[in-house]
Amino acid sequence: MAVTTPESEHNYLNHEKGLWSWLTTLDHKRIGIMYMVSVMFFFLLGGIFALLIRTELAAPGPGILGDGQTYNQAMTFHGAIMVFMVIIPGIPAFLGNFVLPLHLGAKDVAFPRLNLLSWYCLMVGALITFTSLIYNGSDTGWTFYTPYSIEHASSGTVWVVLGAFVMGFSSILTGLNFIVTTHTLRAPGMSFFRMPLFVWGLYSTAIIQVLATPVLAITLLLLAAERLLGIGFFDPALGGDPVLFQHFFWFYSHPAVYIMILPAMGVISELITAFSRKTIFGYRAIAFSSLGIAAVSFFVWGHHMYVSGQSELAGVIFSFLTMLVGVPTAIKTFNWVATLYKGSIVFQSPMLFALGFLFLFTIGGVTGIMLATLAMDVHFHDTYFVVAHFHYVMVGGTLMAIMGGIYYWFPKMFGKMYSEGMARMSFVFIFTGFNVTFFPQFVLGAMGMPRRYFDYLEIYTHLNQVSTAGSYMIGIGFVIGLVTIIQGMMNGEKASDNPWGAKTLEWQTASPPPHENFNYEPQVTAGPYEYR
Amino acid sequence: MSTGSVSSTEHHHAHHFNSAEHEFDASMLGIWLFLCTEILMFGGLFVAFFIYHAKYPEVFAAGAATLDWKLGALNTIILLISSYTMAMGIHSCQTNKGKKAFNYLAVTFVCGLGFMVIKAIEYSGKIGHGFLPGKFFHPHDATFEAANQALYYSFYFMMTGLHGLHVIIGMGLIAWVAIRAKRGDFSSKFYTPVEGVGLFWHLVDLVWIYLFPLLYLVG
Repeated sequence: MAVTTPESEHNYLNHEKGLWSWLTTLDHKRIGIMYMVSVMFFFLLGGIFALLIRTELAAPGPGILGDGQTYNQAMTFHGAIMVFMVIIPGIPAFLGNFVLPLHLGAKDVAFPRLNLLSWYCLMVGALITFTSLIYNGSDTGWTFYTPYSIEHASSGTVWVVLGAFVMGFSSILTGLNFIVTTHTLRAPGMSFFRMPLFVWGLYSTAIIQVLATPVLAITLLLLAAERLLGIGFFDPALGGDPVLFQHFFWFYSHPAVYIMILPAMGVISELITAFSRKTIFGYRAIAFSSLGIAAVSFFVWGHHMYVSGQSELAGVIFSFLTMLVGVPTAIKTFNWVATLYKGSIVFQSPMLFALGFLFLFTIGGVTGIMLATLAMDVHFHDTYFVVAHFHYVMVGGTLMAIMGGIYYWFPKMFGKMYSEGMARMSFVFIFTGFNVTFFPQFVLGAMGMPRRYFDYLEIYTHLNQVSTAGSYMIGIGFVIGLVTIIQGMMNGEKASDNPWGAKTLEWQTASPPPHENFNYEPQVTAGPYEYR
Repeated sequence: MSTGSVSSTEHHHAHHFNSAEHEFDASMLGIWLFLCTEILMFGGLFVAFFIYHAKYPEVFAAGAATLDWKLGALNTIILLISSYTMAMGIHSCQTNKGKKAFNYLAVTFVCGLGFMVIKAIEYSGKIGHGFLPGKFFHPHDATFEAANQALYYSFYFMMTGLHGLHVIIGMGLIAWVAIRAKRGDFSSKFYTPVEGVGLFWHLVDLVWIYLFPLLYLVG
């Protein structure tokens, strides 16, 4: 780091110095970077649990996780960490925090103090979750289903529940902040239909965060009260109903799936158009389909309960509504493909991840329609088919978008360039390893292998070995990605202000941006993707 | 966000807003969104209430009979008065009457306190009879026909408890804006905090307006 900083190189990274200046910062860009570091740390932890799970499943019978109890705890932590600490904050709180005000031509988000508070909520919630390890951990899976979670589950469960409760506030505050920012802090000339599509994705996500997360809060609060006070809402012995818990839980947690994927779709819209060097096809269709997905997302939760004893009529209605989600999703996919058509496609690493997303997410989406079908779900329910499906959406979708997004905005964040060769290598390992890991799980699920068990019958051995081998490939891929990022941050070559030749506002300012984002007041006179 | 200046009534808006009005609009939108989250959170409890009320109407009728509707009605009146004084407090701030605003806000605070005192009297009565939630339910001077009568008291304590927590938080916020009003922080140009706290307080009242008939009168 240079001792003296000339005015031209004054940026948000050297605006203030020292760890304390980071921990108390109100700058959205710095808060974004703090999310980046914490999300990457949590991802590493969750990933280690994933590899432990796959290693246990490499052969039938007890393996490295010894007995089923240890396995159940590893699985619970893998799920809880990946959902609440990685995928939910991953794109909105990390990439969104950094990019949203730049996209809009604003100096910051509307409420910078709330923004910092939301990061501390995530940290405190994570700490509470990890406290459970002192009390025998938790073995319920991330869904905390009753009555098991109230009666028999290990005593750390209530800590995981309270941790998720606190982390929910982080999500609510971020969503609230983004809605207000989008409404009030657009630069002069930035009309709603000149906003980049990532903003539309974040906005739709924020609506779900604000409206659905409070329901999770009350659900988890009731669950904790159930466990500590025995209030009986979900306990059949006291006149309660365990299925009611499932309704409450999924009323948040299915929309939460769209908290995970909608911002990812926004990132993909940016990447596809930037690297096709072509205006996005069907801007309004993509923008409105984000809102459409957000709206429908509130009415599909019952598809998690086809076999939980809900009425057949409810099952039929939920099945129909779930398939309805396929319509706006397909609208997006077709528009992305149409954008590629006759584009001048550049296969830079962010674009590779975007194309990987298209391929994997389509498989995840189509198998989602299969699972939405009542008769098929009865067969697939609680098998590895479901595990493969949601990993194709969450990893093949969201994580691919996060990786593509990091590589895309990396030069803007740090003013430096990573090694393109390394980045491509990480893509090859992640993409190949992902398919090797999870495609066999579709087959295993169709063969009837149940999810969540630490052991299985001999006939499933071969495909499980393939799956485990693939998971190591993914692990190598992400380690290469991590090295690429750290190496780029430390001694990457200096990046220009607009290395991709992209058209959105963040590329018009310096790399890295100055403390107040723009040294001038941005005036917007055209749409976000004026390529040709 | 306030700059915390004591003597001046001039409010300086944060660097990322164009003007004080711009900042005010953003803050109000934020507070309304926050109120939405509150409604959704209480909404979960209300949904559970309606489901079990429909399932076990006799449990809820027997439970409601053990509550004193007169105390509930008194609390409703207290909160309605406090909503009026809160609104007048905001109005006084908007018309540059800091002293008057302080008095109105102080009355609002006292109303909140009165509400909590009456609630405490009710709670101790219930606890004395052993009308506790869930597995702690042990009535020693009354008999109920339904085996799951405890469920009513689970709802009673969860709903009024969560609401009571909001009343206490609201009282803290009211004390904060009252002190600031007395200090002269608010004027017709800047009154965002008191308006925001007022909106929150009205929501807390509104939740009680629904809780009172559901818990005390329906049955």
